[in-house]
Amino acid sequence: MKIKEKSSVTLLILLALTIVGLFLANKFLDSYKIRIITLSGIYITLGLSMNLINGFTGMFSLGHAGFMAIGAYTVGILTMPIPMKEMNFFMQPIAPFLANVEWGFLPALLAAGIIAGLAGFVIGAPVLRLTDDYLAIATLGFAEIIRVVFTNTQSLTNGALGLKGIPNYTNIWWSWGIAFVTIWFMTVLMKGSYGKAFLAIREDEVAARSMGINLFKHKVMSFSFGSFFAGVAGGLLAALLGTIDPNMFRISLTFNILLIVVLGGLGNIVGTAVSALVVTIMMEALRFLDESINLGFIQLKGIPGMRMVVFSVILIAVVLIRREGALRKAKRV
Amino acid sequence: MGDLSIFLQHLANGVSLGSLYALIAIGYTMVYGILRLINFAHGDIFMLGVYITFYGILYTPLPWWLVFLIAPAITGCIGILLEITAYKPLRESPRITILISAIGASFLLQNLGIVIFGGRPRAFPVPKLLNQVVRLGGVSINIVAFIIPIITVLLLMGLNYFINKTKTGMAMRALAKDYDTASLMGIDINRIISITFFLGSLLAAVGGIMWGVRYPQLMPLMGTMPGLKSFIAAVIGGIGNITGAVTGGFILGLGEIMLVALLPRLTGYRDAFAFVLLIIILLVKPSGIMGDKITEKV
Repeated sequence: MKIKEKSSVTLLILLALTIVGLFLANKFLDSYKIRIITLSGIYITLGLSMNLINGFTGMFSLGHAGFMAIGAYTVGILTMPIPMKEMNFFMQPIAPFLANVEWGFLPALLAAGIIAGLAGFVIGAPVLRLTDDYLAIATLGFAEIIRVVFTNTQSLTNGALGLKGIPNYTNIWWSWGIAFVTIWFMTVLMKGSYGKAFLAIREDEVAARSMGINLFKHKVMSFSFGSFFAGVAGGLLAALLGTIDPNMFRISLTFNILLIVVLGGLGNIVGTAVSALVVTIMMEALRFLDESINLGFIQLKGIPGMRMVVFSVILIAVVLIRREGALRKAKRV
Repeated sequence: MGDLSIFLQHLANGVSLGSLYALIAIGYTMVYGILRLINFAHGDIFMLGVYITFYGILYTPLPWWLVFLIAPAITGCIGILLEITAYKPLRESPRITILISAIGASFLLQNLGIVIFGGRPRAFPVPKLLNQVVRLGGVSINIVAFIIPIITVLLLMGLNYFINKTKTGMAMRALAKDYDTASLMGIDINRIISITFFLGSLLAAVGGIMWGVRYPQLMPLMGTMPGLKSFIAAVIGGIGNITGAVTGGFILGLGEIMLVALLPRLTGYRDAFAFVLLIIILLVKPSGIMGDKITEKV
């Protein structure tokens, strides 16, 4: 009991320090840096939501970009002012039931999460019977299907043109607030009986089933929760960027999140949060690799794409060097 | 008459696209059969094959047909290299680890492609001989559409002979059947796996060259979609089974072309077709059309 109190005190101090840090950052840093910090908050939520599915429950899902797309479009369509909608949908008018809708940010975010979660439920129910690599490819397929559908439903999503002029509600507090809520939710969830069941499923499905754990129920549940938070994060991203189009939500987006999860350790909450922060900042800091550098005496030509080469190498290196590590460390909970 | 000739044209297009899918799918299925690994980087190996041919034709004095022969061999060696660096050290690790490594390798190759080849699309230098349109009873079809299935069938016959009649082929089949037992029987696993990757990558490169002749636009990311779809073809046919991969390839190629031809309204959904088909197959018969039944062992 004493240890528990102690750790929660540490957590509270950590939380307070982070909030003070965010406050200071918000006050003194320029808008570009604030934007990066805001983005890392979103990536924390994304990393944790993927970790719930892939790390805690051990289902290898690659469908994150699809659920983010659902969330992003939900927020985009619901929060966009009515005159802006008319400007966006010039190819084909927007579906009538959406034409006169203008929601606040919080209800729109919740709607984004719920719709993405429902999609996760509907998709998960049939495909979660598959194992490992089949599940990976099926979820990847669903993300692609969602993208293709969004490209073609002109009156609903404005097709390939995407949405422009989504109100920029997302600020540092929204993104980090949601990140904290997600961390809290994951911690509570993993401490409870559901979390124990998730871990049991990850360790050994057959054994878990014979201990009376309802595999299907727990898998679908984990998948739906993960999709819910992916949707919320997608919504935050839409309101941060202001512009979205279906091609943003390609598999490379899922790859970025996977990188965060693998670096932070599959099944590790704090690790994921830290690695989300580090990866997001690195993604920006390493931009110099893509651009030309002028050192005064010598002009180094930047090579577009170099940044992602570095990240791919990091991912492979982590997997190769830590081998079991990246997975095993967290496995012995 | 008009309708029939149009239909035949679609059929020829479907068969040639299906052959390309089949060639790439074989690489997936062979690797999966032995290592139980989705080689996510296979589509990017395909891309490398096209680019190597592109540079070979433009920047070496070699005649194009010689480049067409050499490039797949080089690509095959890259396939071996890929296996040794990204997969071999992880052979005893959990499957998810090696899958992540495969995804990392895929992105590495794509981004290296962007760095080395540039992000702008390039035009594939199609040899004049292959760039002719033949007219057969009112149907005018690019000559490549005929050549592709013929080459595919020849390669398949060669591969079939190799796998069923040679000693190395036998070792491959043994390894696919039972990895552990086969390794106890004095089979040099590393050699066989290298050969598997070599053959798979070689076939992908041949598919890539024909893809370049058929759809002459090169991009570093061009391998992703054909790669994913060919994997789906392999799953549809029953993964691990070469005949199945070819069948799946033809089903997918014909299905895609016919979907667009018969239901033009759904043209935009063409890329989703393969995935919908995949999910239906996985739900109805997860082992594919020709695959063995998979049972979970405790």
